[in-house]
Formats: sequence, structure tokens, C-alpha cells
Amino acid sequence: MSWLNQIIAVTNMNLRTVLDRSGSSLVVVIGIAGSVAVMVSLLAMAQGLNSTIASTGEDDRALILREGSDSELSSGISMQDINIIENSPGILEFDDEPMVAAEIFTIIDLKKKGTEETSNLPLRGVEEMSFKIRPEFEIIEGVNFQPGTGQVIVGKGAADQYQGLEVGNEIDIRNSKWKVVGIFSTQGDVHESEVWADLTYTQGAFRRGASASVAIVRLENSESLDQLGIFVENDPRLKLKVERESDFFNSQSSGASSVINAFGYTVAVIMAIGALFAALNTMYSAVSTRLVEIGTLRAIGFQGSSVLFALMLESMILALFGGLLGSGIAYLIFNGYTVSTLAGGSFSQTSFAFAVTGDIIRQGLILALVVGTFGGILPAWKASKQDITEALRSI
Amino acid sequence: MKYWTIVYAGLTRKKWRTVLTISSIAIAFLLFGLLRSVAVAFTEEVDLAGDDRLVVMSKLSFIEPLPFSYWQRLKSIEGVKQVAHREWFGGTYQDRSNFFPKWPVPPKEYFEVYSDLIISEKEKNDFINTRTGMVVGQRLAERFNWKIGDKIPIMGDIYPKKDGEMLWTFDLVGIFSNPDNLNDEDQAFLNYYYFDEARSFGEGTIGNFVVQVDDKSDNERIAKEIDTMFANSSDETKTGTEASFSKMFASQIGDVGFIMNSILSAVFFTILLVTGNTMSQAIRERTSELAVFKTIGYLDSTILLLVLAESAILCLLGAIIGIGLALFLFFGGGLQDSLYGFFGDIAFKPAIIGSAMLLAILTAIVSGLPPAIFAMRLKVVDALRRN
Repeated sequence: MSWLNQIIAVTNMNLRTVLDRSGSSLVVVIGIAGSVAVMVSLLAMAQGLNSTIASTGEDDRALILREGSDSELSSGISMQDINIIENSPGILEFDDEPMVAAEIFTIIDLKKKGTEETSNLPLRGVEEMSFKIRPEFEIIEGVNFQPGTGQVIVGKGAADQYQGLEVGNEIDIRNSKWKVVGIFSTQGDVHESEVWADLTYTQGAFRRGASASVAIVRLENSESLDQLGIFVENDPRLKLKVERESDFFNSQSSGASSVINAFGYTVAVIMAIGALFAALNTMYSAVSTRLVEIGTLRAIGFQGSSVLFALMLESMILALFGGLLGSGIAYLIFNGYTVSTLAGGSFSQTSFAFAVTGDIIRQGLILALVVGTFGGILPAWKASKQDITEALRSI
Repeated sequence: MKYWTIVYAGLTRKKWRTVLTISSIAIAFLLFGLLRSVAVAFTEEVDLAGDDRLVVMSKLSFIEPLPFSYWQRLKSIEGVKQVAHREWFGGTYQDRSNFFPKWPVPPKEYFEVYSDLIISEKEKNDFINTRTGMVVGQRLAERFNWKIGDKIPIMGDIYPKKDGEMLWTFDLVGIFSNPDNLNDEDQAFLNYYYFDEARSFGEGTIGNFVVQVDDKSDNERIAKEIDTMFANSSDETKTGTEASFSKMFASQIGDVGFIMNSILSAVFFTILLVTGNTMSQAIRERTSELAVFKTIGYLDSTILLLVLAESAILCLLGAIIGIGLALFLFFGGGLQDSLYGFFGDIAFKPAIIGSAMLLAILTAIVSGLPPAIFAMRLKVVDALRRN
């Protein structure tokens, strides 16, 4: 019998007896499933946050921020500067108007559903041009706000996560009541976590005078960014910087999820070490209860190495089952599960859905196989080196 | 402990099994220690009387400034000892990776309120008298090799100067320390009066106030009094202890409590399974020995306790090793410092050790009881016949 056939024969025999040893085999499967489920869910959380932020922004749009500032929250820009920018080449026009909008980005404190403490909810003061610049914007419930009034519209994500943001409700902002008149969607990007209000009304309520946080610009095409950049750089009055909108949100996303990612990997590795001990334990037991079988196989001519490979295969197959089970559990519980968290640069809540992607499942299965391989190799080695007469004597 | 020999023999019967079982229990408790200490920081109720300093911020949000005029009014409240304030400056020193907080503060009052920050009289006076003065923590000064007299350039991001210039230069006039909380030494303080005069907008406003009280049992009354004082004005306030202020951010990181608890349940479910399996295997292997014990007169209850003792030793030993490892990583491995930036001040509470030990005993009982009952109910004749 060839070596490969021996391995197949022994593995086959092992797997058929797995059910008889279901208790201890289950320990391997569930131990590994636990580690994989934890890793997959934490990585899915990081991935969800990351892709929500990174999916925001288009190549043919630019954000103009104060020089030196790297978030909308710390940035500031005067309305005068925005008037200057409107003369720049490379900006698309709509009804003969340059597509430039001044926007305020600030924070209000409201309670999330099911909590007593307040959380930071981003509030964006926008101009009518803001909607034209973002064609992905649509009202999905109620109506848009009336310019110049204290009416607000609420992003879909914010409406889900916060108390009292239903259409018709009122929010207290500095002694005045702001009325929610609509819910909007922006195709799942970060703006759905925000509340939008009229720019001039917001400037008044937040005492911003004639200034905003950023300007958003729709470019003629994605190559026009340089024209705008050169224009801003060459005007000595402007101490501003131009960033492509997609690049801006990409850089924001990396910081936001890196902590969760690091946390996910750390916890998963520690758990995997625990699962490795469990797998070793089970495989050692599996080997020691089968010493007679293994001895018999060796006695009738099976090679030590084929016994070794077959035992390792057994451990890896169990691990793979564990990995699939763990990923499956994580997928069922968490995929699409929506939470909101404090995102780095904006110091405010961003809501996002867990995303269990193929790549994350692949990483989970790799973890399972690594644990299965290491958990199997030592016991298998011990079994294959076992003295045949010793083994048979234990009958 | 006349039964010790028997328990010991049981544990050392298969040494690798005992070692592996203890190791996997230890891993579970290592995770328990680490995750609980993070979760506690998120969910723990803050004791309002825990501190003699209260933070007053705008009710609208933490970034909304308060009027300068509130300062005098806060000082006049009965039971208030001193009031200082601070503002978020932002800004970058050379490179973004060099991040540290920079706070414009009133030099005199700030060091009175924060009397736990140690600074020499001379350096404090220099800070008061130098308009462009800056004082930094010992650890920060060591990190960048700063000496008193150095000029420190900071590129602003929120506040330009009146002439539009973003580059601010400060004179390092003092270095403070706080041996009790080294994290305090990672900050820099700037002279508020210079900052307020030089900035291009926001003059006459203040980020938030820090109120030092005479008697911390008065905290609740004073906090209420402050918020009532400014209620219905256009700048309403929200007052709490410093701990509640930092918790405000921690709790916002989200449903972390839920996620931590899911992880911990997954970990413990796994561990329970492993120990339970190990124990029952260890007992089944010894069926005939147990039968012999019974034959020579050991009571059923003694057998039960012997098996439970074995399981308890495995679990407690694992828990002690795991929690010890967590403590080591926490204090020796600098974990506390590296988590500080993100999660706020995380402390390893003694309560965590207590609940870990309780959990260890619970695990021991749950995983040890089925094999212990099996051993107790064992019929001598059946057991001996199995051979």
C-alpha cells in the first residue's frame, strides 16, 4: 500500500470514530469556533466602520479646510474666503452658479436610544448648493428643511440610533426648538450619522458669525483638483488647503478603525492560544486512548509517518469545522448589526453596520487551521514514535 | 489535609493534561482580567463625591465655549474654593505623531486647583509672568529633550493668530511632575491671557471650567447650583466630576459592554467545556481505583469532595496564573499607558480579582460536579466488573 493510501485509510478510520469520541472532538471544534467567532466579529466591526467612512466622498469633489487642520471639526473658513474661491477655475457650474457650498460641522449632545448619558451627534449646517453637489442625497421620509428656519433633517443612521429624532419631534438647541421635518439617506456614507440644518440659521445659533468650517466643491472632473489647488495656493489671502473628498475620508477612516483592529487581533490571538491548549489536550487524549489501535496499525505495516499525517489531518479537519462554525455564528449574529461609535477625527458618533467579508472569514479559517496544525503535530509525533510492543502491551 | 496525597496523585497522573488544562484556564482568566478592566472603565457608575474637582462644560456639547464672565460667578458660589479653566488648543509639534494635549490655562489658578501637579515656586511665577510662557510635564520634556529656556514652535490647527499666522512659538519656562499619575505629565499648559489676546476669533470665551470645592460631600449641591444658575441662559451648563467627564467619551465608544460580554461568554463557555471534558476523562480512567477506595470504606461524600477538590485546584491555579499575567501586562507591560490614550484612565480594580476568584470556584463546581456525581454513584461491583 502506498504511503498516501495509508494516510487516507488511517484518516478515514479516525474520522469514522470521531463520532464515538464526540465529547472530546467537540472540545476542539467549539474551542476553535469560539476564538474564530470573536476574531471575525471584532474584525467585522472594524471593517464596517472603516468602509462606512471610506465610502464617503467622490473623486470629483474637493474639501477646502484651514491650513494645518485635518478634520472638519478643527477647521474654519470665512465666508469672504469662500467668495474668493468661487472665482477659481476647475469648478463645475450649476445654473451659472459655481458649485461651492460653505458648511459648518459642529456637535450637539443628545441621548442615544436606551441610554441616559448624552453622546456627540454631528450637526452640519448646509447651503442649498450642498444638495446639488451631493446627488446621492435623497429625502426618504418627510420633506427637506425650509431655508432660513430652525428646521432640520436627520440622517437615517442618526435617526436609528438616537432618541427623539423622528419626523415631527423637536430638539432643544440653545433656548430654541429645532423641528425635525425629514429623514435623509446618502447611500450609506458617514453623512447618514449627521443632522443637517440651514447654514445661516446654524451660524446664528452657534455664534459663528460670517464663517463656516469647510467648503465643499464639485469639480469639473476629477483632474480639475490641481487647478483649484494652484488657485488657492497662489492667493496670498487664503490660508487654506484643498483635499480631494475621497482622499480626505480615506485618511479619516484609517485612524478610526485601527484601535478596534488591533484590539480584535490581540484578543483573538490570546483566545487562539487558549484554544491551542484545548486542542493539544484533546488530541493527546485522543492519541492515548487509541494507543492500541495505533500500535496495531504499526504492527501490520503502516508507517509511522502515515499515522502522523493522518492524526494531523484529523486535527486540522476538526479545526476547519470549528473555523466554519465560528465564522457562521459571527455572521449570523453580527453581519449587518448596526452600532454607532465615537469616530476619531470628528469626535462624534458614526453609525455603521458590521461587515463580515470574505477576507475576514478567510483570516478566521487560517487562524483555525494554524491552531489545528499545532494542536495536532505534537500528539501525532508522540503517537508515531510510540514503541509498538509498548503500545500493544497496554491491552 | 490527609487526603492531599490522593488529590495530588490524581493531578499528577497525567502531567501534560494537568498542565494544559491549567494553561487554558489561565488564558481565560487573562482575558477576563484585561477585558473586565476595559469594560469597567466604560460602564462603571461615577461617584459624584469621588473628587474635589468639578468640570463645568456647555450643555450643548463639549466643544461649545462658555463666556469668560462665568468665571467670577462660579467663584462666588458658597463652598467653592478656587476656579480655573482650560481650552483645547489642538496644534502640532513638528509631526502629527508627536501628539500631546496643549491647554491654555490661567497660570496662577490652574496650579492651585491642580495642587497635585508639582512645580517649583520660581517656575510657577515665571509662568505667571511670561506671556508666551509654556510649562510641560516631566515625561513630555524628556520625550522631546526640552530644557527650560527652549522655544517651542507649535503649528496651530484650530486657532490662527490675528494676522492669520498659524505658527505659534512658546517659551518653555517650567517643568512640572506628578509621580502619582504619570499620564498627567504628558500635557503642556500655555498662558491663557496671551492665547486669548493673540487668537483671531473666540476672544473672551473659555472651553470649560474646573471648580475646586472645599468639601467633596458638597459636590452634588454645588453641581446642581451651577447648572441652575445658568439654566435658561443662552449658555446652559452641564457639571460633573472629572471622572464623569472622561467617562463621557469612554461610554460613547459604543456598545462595547455588549461586545466585551459576548467575548467573555464565548471564552468561558469554551473553558467550561475543556475543564469539564478533562475532569470527566480523568475520572473515567480511574473508575477501578475509585471502586477500590469505596471497597476499603471511603464514604460517597468523601469521593465527591475529592473529585471536586481536584477540579477546584485546576481552576483556582489557572485563575491565579491568568490574573497574575493580566496584572503583569497591565503594570509591567505598560498596557495601562498604551490604553490610556484611547480608553481614558483604566484602573485594575481589586473587585476584578475578587470576581475572578468567584468565577473560578463556579467553574470548578460546574465542570467538576458531573464527574464527581458519577464517581459518587459508582457501584463497586459494576466498576470492578468493567475491568
